[in-house]
Amino acid sequence: MTQTQTQTYISVCRLDDIDPETGIAALVRGEAVAVFRTLDDRVFALSNFDPYGHASVLARGIVGTRGEVPFVASPLLKQPFALETGLCLDDPSVSVPTYEVDVVDGEVRIGGRRE
Amino acid sequence: MSPHLRKKVVVVGHGMVGHRFVTAAIERGLTETHDIVVFGEEPRPAYDRVALTSFFEVGAEALSFLPSGAYEDPRVTLRTGTSVVEIDTAAQTVMLADGEEMAYDELVLATGAAPFVPPVPGAELGNVFVYRTIEDLEAIREAAKTARAGAVIGGGLLGLEAANALHQLGVETHVVELAPRLMAVQVDDAGGNTLKRHIEKLGLTVHTGVMTESISPDAVVSVVDEDESGILDGKVSALKFKDVEEPLAVDMVVFSAGIRPRDALARSAGLDLAERGGVLVDEQCRSSDPHVWAVGECAAPGGKMYGLVAPGYDMAEVVADALLGGAGTFTGADMSTKLKLLGVDVASFGDAHGTTDECLELTYSDAVAGVYKKLVISEDGTRLLGGVLVGDASAYGLLRPMVASGMALPENPEELILPQSTGGGGGIQLPPEAQICSCNNVTRGEIEAAVDNGCESAADVTRTTKAGSTCGSCKVQVKKIVEDYFTAQGKTVDTSLCEHFAMTRAELFDVVLIHGYKTFDQIIEAHGTGRGCDICKPAVASILASQLNGHVLAKENRKLQDTNDAYLANLQKNGSYSVVPRIPGGEITPEGLIVIGEVAKEFGLYTKITGGQRIDMFGARMEDLPAIWKRLVDAGFESGHAYGKSLRTVKSCVGSTWCRYGVQDSVGLAIMLETRYRGLRSPHKLKGGVSGCARECAEARGKDFGVIATEKGWNLYVGGNGGAIPAHAQLLAGDLSTEDLVRYLDRFLMYYVRTADRLQRTSTWIESLDGGLDRVREVVIDDVLGLGTELEAAMATHVDGYFDEWKATIEDPEKLKRFVSFVNAPEIPDPNISFGSTRGQIVPDVADGPALVGPVSLGATIPVGAPNLEESR
Ligand SMILES: Cc1cc2nc3c(=O)[nH]c(=O)nc-3n(C[C@H](O)[C@H](O)[C@H](O)COP(=O)(O)OP(=O)(O)OC[C@H]3O[C@@H](n4cnc5c(N)ncnc54)[C@H](O)[C@@H]3O)c2cc1C
Ligand code: SF4
Ligand code: FES
Repeated sequence: MTQTQTQTYISVCRLDDIDPETGIAALVRGEAVAVFRTLDDRVFALSNFDPYGHASVLARGIVGTRGEVPFVASPLLKQPFALETGLCLDDPSVSVPTYEVDVVDGEVRIGGRRE
Repeated sequence: MSPHLRKKVVVVGHGMVGHRFVTAAIERGLTETHDIVVFGEEPRPAYDRVALTSFFEVGAEALSFLPSGAYEDPRVTLRTGTSVVEIDTAAQTVMLADGEEMAYDELVLATGAAPFVPPVPGAELGNVFVYRTIEDLEAIREAAKTARAGAVIGGGLLGLEAANALHQLGVETHVVELAPRLMAVQVDDAGGNTLKRHIEKLGLTVHTGVMTESISPDAVVSVVDEDESGILDGKVSALKFKDVEEPLAVDMVVFSAGIRPRDALARSAGLDLAERGGVLVDEQCRSSDPHVWAVGECAAPGGKMYGLVAPGYDMAEVVADALLGGAGTFTGADMSTKLKLLGVDVASFGDAHGTTDECLELTYSDAVAGVYKKLVISEDGTRLLGGVLVGDASAYGLLRPMVASGMALPENPEELILPQSTGGGGGIQLPPEAQICSCNNVTRGEIEAAVDNGCESAADVTRTTKAGSTCGSCKVQVKKIVEDYFTAQGKTVDTSLCEHFAMTRAELFDVVLIHGYKTFDQIIEAHGTGRGCDICKPAVASILASQLNGHVLAKENRKLQDTNDAYLANLQKNGSYSVVPRIPGGEITPEGLIVIGEVAKEFGLYTKITGGQRIDMFGARMEDLPAIWKRLVDAGFESGHAYGKSLRTVKSCVGSTWCRYGVQDSVGLAIMLETRYRGLRSPHKLKGGVSGCARECAEARGKDFGVIATEKGWNLYVGGNGGAIPAHAQLLAGDLSTEDLVRYLDRFLMYYVRTADRLQRTSTWIESLDGGLDRVREVVIDDVLGLGTELEAAMATHVDGYFDEWKATIEDPEKLKRFVSFVNAPEIPDPNISFGSTRGQIVPDVADGPALVGPVSLGATIPVGAPNLEESR
């Protein structure tokens, strides 16, 4: 994954603000971003917008695994999106944008949108 | 084809076979070229006459084949309550009772048969009935209210059914049979005796080998003047038997002494009749007039009439085919029967009486257990020709196809009827062409093909092939074939919840119960793989909620909840939520209504009355939910759990408090039940209803549990639902006291919560149980598993532990933390949610891509960049 533009990282919350295996919505540069934390404390950021349901809801989906792949199921119609790639696991032609994300000193920071 | 070239088919009789003819005609495409007009003499559309006796339990509507009263195909016209009185085959017209005439191109007679009433003096008295139509049964039920004793004349199949009905109606019942044994047509002497013993054990009296000489009216019991019989108009008081001194005192009589084809129309039209009655037809069911056809019990193909529904269905298909130019023929039918009479299994198949030359008989009988079985075998011992089963007919599903397919008998044929032999018959493999379902003519090969084409269970196969859908006697066999076929293909029927748990919801429920797990993590570590998904997590959440009664938003289990449960409200298409406060039984004060109105107004919500008699407020932003709840909770409302797989509402009619017809306080009971079961987490949503009398204004039988008031208490129905596949609730128990009602409901609901599959409504759950509704009755009412107290205790724990989830949430800052639009910008509402307006209220605007908010200042620490427009899509 390459970063298209060097965006500064913006911190949105503390890691502790996100319960393991859940997501929260954050507003980053005017865009709604869903930030997820897995049980092993990895953090992922996807666009919050569900391309099927056309609503900004993904952060409220259930987080799980399919095989080894962590994913979130849209709360609207349950389409599964891989947390790492944003790909829809049932239809790889559909995906949601993902964002650079890291955790520094317990702060979750979102970078630019990946291409 | 232009309209005036369309032809017209007139069908006389809308019974089981007439209806089948119409559906066959529609399915096969006959209505593309023909209009169909059906005249039915009965006041209602066709219904399941085979299941007539269950009318007492389920009512007329449940038996109906066409509850809407009309076919969906607009080219079919049905006129009920209309008799055809004359046929003019030369002019090709029929005449109706009121003189109206109608022309036909093709005429199909499906007039069925009428009960035969022998010319016994007194047969015209009051309280003498036959057993053929719903109206007959209504009259019998009415008479049974005051009758003490009754007699059924005729101890054949139908007679015993009628006797069963009288017995169930609480009438002391006598069966009177001329022949020396019961069911003379189907079983032999030994079988008849076994049957007789069974029936007598139930408290009925059987009189065989007696002839009814006359029926006496109330006034005169001992002397009956035969000449005067024509003018007697009293009610029945006794039966006089030939050569028997003492008359039998009874207050009602049901004749069931055989049936006669209704061929009078055909007779006066000059059509050929069979020697023993019935419209004589050829193999295509065409009568002596080329444009007149006859099907069902009024027809006599090749001179023989068939008093069963399956041959009638075959005839209906043959005629629909013939009218389309097909060459299908009806060449006779299997007269095998299996039924449960008064709780006793009786079956006869093939050559039951051993009339084949030199055949051998093999019998097994156990007088203590009341079992009698006989096989008729070919002289060389290689083929099964027929048989009789009384008391245990589980082998029928295997034996009947063995006869029909002519397959070779196994080495030790006696094993087929020895007690251990199961319905499946061990390792016996029927040939693919063996007909498994005789009602619908489905072979083993067709059942397997249905599995190949994607059916995943016996229930699926029944839906697609109809096998098992009529009399049900082949169901066990169908299930076994499906299961064997799965095994043969190395396919196991996968009942796993999902990839993370290789067990069903019911198994998981037990595992959690036994180990006393409290969190998802414990459960998946011990019994699952991976980290779960949107299927198993909510299922586990529901199981934990049923067992622990904790708050669904307790920290450790919050992540398991579907968004509806996670936000205690219903997610709508644009990401906003709807809010439904509980209004138990649909009863609400003016003050309550005003509060709801004010809240909706204040938060700009769309309001709609729901089908469950409450008010739904739509368009709430997630971050506004706590404030909305606070207003509602302060005014005394609580969560309606509209978001949960849990009890929704108990709908009620206004009941005896106001209604002129009401016999019980339906609102009071509904409020009590809704309050009792509120918050109960279940495999799927649960709905209830209570009606104050049999008029059923609350539509309680469309609910998972429905209660209908009777003069004596409450009738409890279970397993109803609306939706895509509506189901009518079935009677579980009648005339219950409120206390018993609550006890049975507690058990029923907990049994369901524990054993149903995920997203299985009560109707499909009941269907999936071995034994169906009877099984539910055994567990819930007879308590055969001894689970009664445990289930009640589990419900008591639920009731005691109930608390309002909304209130508990607004009082807990930790839980409230999640109700923000953006974690880093809680003051900015989600710009993706916007509303238009329709009919004076808000409606969602649906976005085509994510909305972007312009630069907003979020304070010094969080810089917000400009929207990146190229990237939006
Ligand atoms: C209690 C009971 C139990 C049974 N159990 C079984 C069973 O277990 N298995 C089995 O195979 N069969 C059973 N049967 C028999 C089965 O119901 C019949 O074989 C089947 O109903 C025949 O269908 P049909 O359409 O020919 O006749 P019907 O269903 O009787 O329909 C004929 C219709 O035509 C109407 N009609 C008659 N004349 C006219 C006219 N001139 N104008 C307009 N309408 C007219 C009649 O009113 C009637 O509605 C049972 C029957 C009864 C009564
Ligand atoms: S069901 Fe009976 S009591 Fe209830 S409203 Fe209707 S008529 Fe009245
Ligand atoms: S044999 Fe009657 S339904 Fe199959």
